[in-house]
Amino acid sequence: MSVGTVAVAPARAVSPKQIAIAGLILGALAWVITVPPIGVRGMAPSIVLAVLAVCAGAWSAANGERKLGLEAILIALFAVAGAVASANSGVATLGSVFTWSALVAATLRYATPLLFAALGGLISERSGVINVGLEGQMLMGCFWGIYGADLLHSWVWGLLVGMIAGGALGVVHAFFSIHLRANQIVSGFGINFLALGITGYFLEYHYGPNGTPLNISMVPNVKIPLIQHIGFFGTAFGDANLMTWIGIALVPTLTYFLFRTRGGLRLRSVGEKPRAADTVGVSVVRIRYAAVIASGMFAALGGAYLSVGFVGSFSNDMTNGRGFIGLAAMIFGKWKPWGALWACLLFGLGSALSDRVSGVNQTLGTLFEALPYVLTLVAVAGLVGRSRPPAADGIPYVRE
Amino acid sequence: MSLLEEELKNEAEESTGAAATSPAALTAFRRGASGVTVPILTAVLAFIAGGLIVLATGHNPLSTYQSIFNGTGLNWLFPWVSGAERSTAASNLQQTLIQATPLILVGLAVSYAFRAGLFNIGGQGQYTVGGIAAVWVGSSFAGMPAVLHIVFAIVAAAAAGALWGGIAGVLKAVTGANEVISTIMLNWIAIWLGVYCFQLGGPLHNPHMPSTPVSNNVVAGAKLPVFWGSASLQGLSIGIFISLALAVVYALLIKRTRLGYESRTVGFNPEAARYAGMNVGNTWIRVMLICGAFGGVAAALDILGWEFNLFTNVIQTSQIGFYGIAVALLGRNTASGNVAAGILFGALLTGTSDRNINLSIDPTLVQYLTFMIEGIIILLVSTDVITLRLLKGGRQIGVALRRKPAAQAGANEGRSS
Repeated sequence: MSVGTVAVAPARAVSPKQIAIAGLILGALAWVITVPPIGVRGMAPSIVLAVLAVCAGAWSAANGERKLGLEAILIALFAVAGAVASANSGVATLGSVFTWSALVAATLRYATPLLFAALGGLISERSGVINVGLEGQMLMGCFWGIYGADLLHSWVWGLLVGMIAGGALGVVHAFFSIHLRANQIVSGFGINFLALGITGYFLEYHYGPNGTPLNISMVPNVKIPLIQHIGFFGTAFGDANLMTWIGIALVPTLTYFLFRTRGGLRLRSVGEKPRAADTVGVSVVRIRYAAVIASGMFAALGGAYLSVGFVGSFSNDMTNGRGFIGLAAMIFGKWKPWGALWACLLFGLGSALSDRVSGVNQTLGTLFEALPYVLTLVAVAGLVGRSRPPAADGIPYVRE
Repeated sequence: MSLLEEELKNEAEESTGAAATSPAALTAFRRGASGVTVPILTAVLAFIAGGLIVLATGHNPLSTYQSIFNGTGLNWLFPWVSGAERSTAASNLQQTLIQATPLILVGLAVSYAFRAGLFNIGGQGQYTVGGIAAVWVGSSFAGMPAVLHIVFAIVAAAAAGALWGGIAGVLKAVTGANEVISTIMLNWIAIWLGVYCFQLGGPLHNPHMPSTPVSNNVVAGAKLPVFWGSASLQGLSIGIFISLALAVVYALLIKRTRLGYESRTVGFNPEAARYAGMNVGNTWIRVMLICGAFGGVAAALDILGWEFNLFTNVIQTSQIGFYGIAVALLGRNTASGNVAAGILFGALLTGTSDRNINLSIDPTLVQYLTFMIEGIIILLVSTDVITLRLLKGGRQIGVALRRKPAAQAGANEGRSS
């Protein structure tokens, strides 16, 4: 973009950016009106809205808001596809898929493990170490959580043992990426393989073909007395797991820690300008170790939620890529705790929808499994603006 | 032009050292620093580590190492091995080379991206979509002439892989999307796409297998000819030669073509390349297209060479894209290095597979031991420092620091432990 065009552009009453955002909203509406509770039948209103969205997108794209404008067009096209799908399904089917209160509850359930992983990844990357091993650390928490809860007859111990196991893999990753200056992405994959082997081995070794026992002590659900019986809220929030609330509470806590405390400042400085941090006497190595280990523990909590909090058993490779979705959520959320939370909720909604769609149409449900990944792809391509990782992310530090 | 290259090289060298930022600079640093000794030593270390894991379960280390080595089939090369032992060795070596065939290609898919300054983690996804395309073409068009059918299937797989790689390339070039993230996401999308295609009731599901989520079988005419071993018992097909030929193509591409020169320049320093008048985004897109094609062909050789169909659980559990990263790292992103590392990795995978280390260990446990061994191998490959330290007797961090001023190297040495 040359300087000339900027100077010539007159001040408008409505900026192209606002038009583009209006286009995004109109595009989304084109689909939203076709599902309950609105449930418009017939394609006409959707098409009108989508055409408006495409016009708004095209206009703003032509007037400088290229990225947002294109996104608006893209959303409108997706929405038309969704509206066609709605128009071709029966009212009863739509009603069973889009039971919003149950959908919200399921979203929270699916988002919880992702949230722990995302926050873990956030701590590590803010200190300048990429942690692709989240998946493996999660898997460790998942198995050792069950093991601890079974052996010591309490879910509290389960969570602790799981955290220790995840932290241990964190130590391995920290040692390779900080001391041995490994390629952090490759060593992360090594961690994942290691976890797959360790958890599978000990599952077979301790529990044999029968799998984990049935009467595991589980993390309880929190029944909120007041809203528990109020229709929508009761179903959506009245009976969520304790871990879900802990995860959500961690978001403001971590935000405060990162941006309002001395420790948080040090952590961020090590991730942005390690040399400067080192110069003023902050130990880069120590902080990075602490961050990576904490990261492993967070991820392990997410894994432990799956086994001790939700399912009550462990099966091989139970995390099934959730660590990677957590990683994606963190990036989607621009390396910020609140952003990560919203991203996790969005991905959770994707999984919850896929679950409900599977109930109606198994084949289609599989395609919905890919939704979180497609969303991330769209997101990194610019829907949420260019996101910037910490400056020293992934670069080993060598003292001069 | 050579002056420019010289200057780029100098600049890259200045920015190397452990804190090198671009993958290509890191590559150059590693190749310069370690030659062939370090990769070989790393592989030996990995071999030892693999044995140590088995040792930890209470078995004799020497017999373990021997059984791993024999499992790789490399003892076939010894002239004194004969009789039944020789035929076992032959079939093991065939397995090693069958594994090496796609590993070399997926390694190249990662390597070429590395040379252009991109980190292609999408080998897995490119391999997966390539496999979907190959099995679809291979199981359809039954009347086609054999050679044409094989070529068609391989080209289709290459195109599918190129499309998958190209998406990441276009996103990187147009919007600046980080290719590490986009390729990881594309991997998962490819996996779910594959599961969707071949699941019960999926569009490409084999209708004769009502309760198994699997594709149709590749027709006889589209199967690659087997030239060593029995065709019915997973002998070695000519796929290995296609793989080796593509390694040569890669070497020529990198060294002798304009695109290869541009890719390397962009890899060393995108800014400098831009000043020199190169279209950086365009180069990224073309590089990722080619990387994806390598990954797609890798899958085609597997499907047409020995697999002949695709199960959804195979799609979901395949880890070849990640092995490919290890191969590329071990092979230092060169053609010959990738071939050597591909064969070595194929040997490690075959030698430590459950078939070959079942020394009275519960067979269900062995597969998890294999995962642990692979994890340790990948961890070792991720860093040169262990090997470099061993080379230098633990006193220096390695040859790498010779490139830096002595004072700096001294300071580093103090920190390194």
